Amino acid sequence: MIEFSLDSRSGVAPYLQLVQQVRQAMRLGLLHEGDRLPTVKDVVAALAINPNTVSKAYRELELEGLVAARQGVGTFVTRTLAGDSLAAHDPLRRKLVRWLAEARRAGLDEESIEALFAATFRATGSGAATEQDIA
Amino acid sequence: MTAVVSAQALGKRYRRRWALTDCTLEIPAGHVTGLVGPNGAGKTTLLNLAAGMLEPTTGTIEVCGGRPAAGPAQLAKVGYVAQDTPVYAGLSVQDHLTLGARLNPRWDAGLARARIAALGLDPAQKAGRLSGGQRAQLALTLGLAKRPELLILDEPVASLDPLARREFLQALMEAVAEDGFSVVLSSHLVADLERVCDHLLVLVDSRVRVAGDVEELLATHHRLTGPRRDPGSLPADQHVVSASSTDVQSTFVVRTDQPIHDPAWTVGRLTLEDVVLAYMSPGAAARPALEAVR
Repeated sequence: MIEFSLDSRSGVAPYLQLVQQVRQAMRLGLLHEGDRLPTVKDVVAALAINPNTVSKAYRELELEGLVAARQGVGTFVTRTLAGDSLAAHDPLRRKLVRWLAEARRAGLDEESIEALFAATFRATGSGAATEQDIA
Repeated sequence: MTAVVSAQALGKRYRRRWALTDCTLEIPAGHVTGLVGPNGAGKTTLLNLAAGMLEPTTGTIEVCGGRPAAGPAQLAKVGYVAQDTPVYAGLSVQDHLTLGARLNPRWDAGLARARIAALGLDPAQKAGRLSGGQRAQLALTLGLAKRPELLILDEPVASLDPLARREFLQALMEAVAEDGFSVVLSSHLVADLERVCDHLLVLVDSRVRVAGDVEELLATHHRLTGPRRDPGSLPADQHVVSASSTDVQSTFVVRTDQPIHDPAWTVGRLTLEDVVLAYMSPGAAARPALEAVR
């Protein structure tokens, strides 16, 4: 069982925060297939949060195929994410490490790197950027 | 959308002063709706009119499909917890429950007793000797045990300490989770509203400045910061809510359904409080109200 928390300063919608926390717990191996999520009422009671928000988060997770609701029993995790993420992305991570080292050699500090990443991420986010842009 | 509260050109005058003028709005059923706005916007007057504590001077208001306080059936549908959760100081906790049972046809005595026990309140205790948090919980108990279709709360947590505030909102949300009634609550504490409300209405000078789904409001409002620019030069889908500029830089709060691609902008997320403040700022008031009700 996991416990949710809410960051009211993040600007991320509360239901999305819950969704992200479940995904994160699955990636970190805190939640496995068959584990039960807290009931809507438990989350409502713990966080003083609107019940529709919790239901919406659980529906979203269901749509993603990560959990399934069983009538009258609860909501259960249907997949295990731990392991596949970090290991599978290791080649990407190594490339990123190389890129970061290069950026630092070029004299960029942490903020500049973050700004460059954020701007590039947004510019390519819609699929607008192609290999041509990169070339 | 089914409206639980619907007002048309509603106005209320106290002697010579108008507290609310030409107010037209709809509040959807089945939601927890937060009502925010600066002091003097007419929030309390609006809630008093909805509860049937006041008669409109002009216009009409409908609540749960009827005129407020039109008769016993209508009165039973609407629960009202007035500003600062008032109780009768000289009456005991039990007296309050007895009174509730006498005055309300749908009174749920079991629920009232269970809540008082869960709160650890002594039924013989005089309400005047309860702490602020306990008084608020007693007032909420009366509102819930009435089993209303709509519960109206005017600034219920403003005078409570953070722990009592959290406990009050927890109790309210648990009740909503169980019974699914509609709630309209006014508050200055937007951070609290962000958790408990799924619908928000910003009232400024009797007018709805913005209304909508909380998640949608958060998802569609952005803060853009970048080189100085004329607001008119922004893409047509970006509605400027507030704008400020120095000689070299512009900062806009915009509402848009589309992603923002312009690499010149630094795009910031806004909290619900930021969104509310952007709509309440004098700059925002100078422009015609945005068509934001969807």
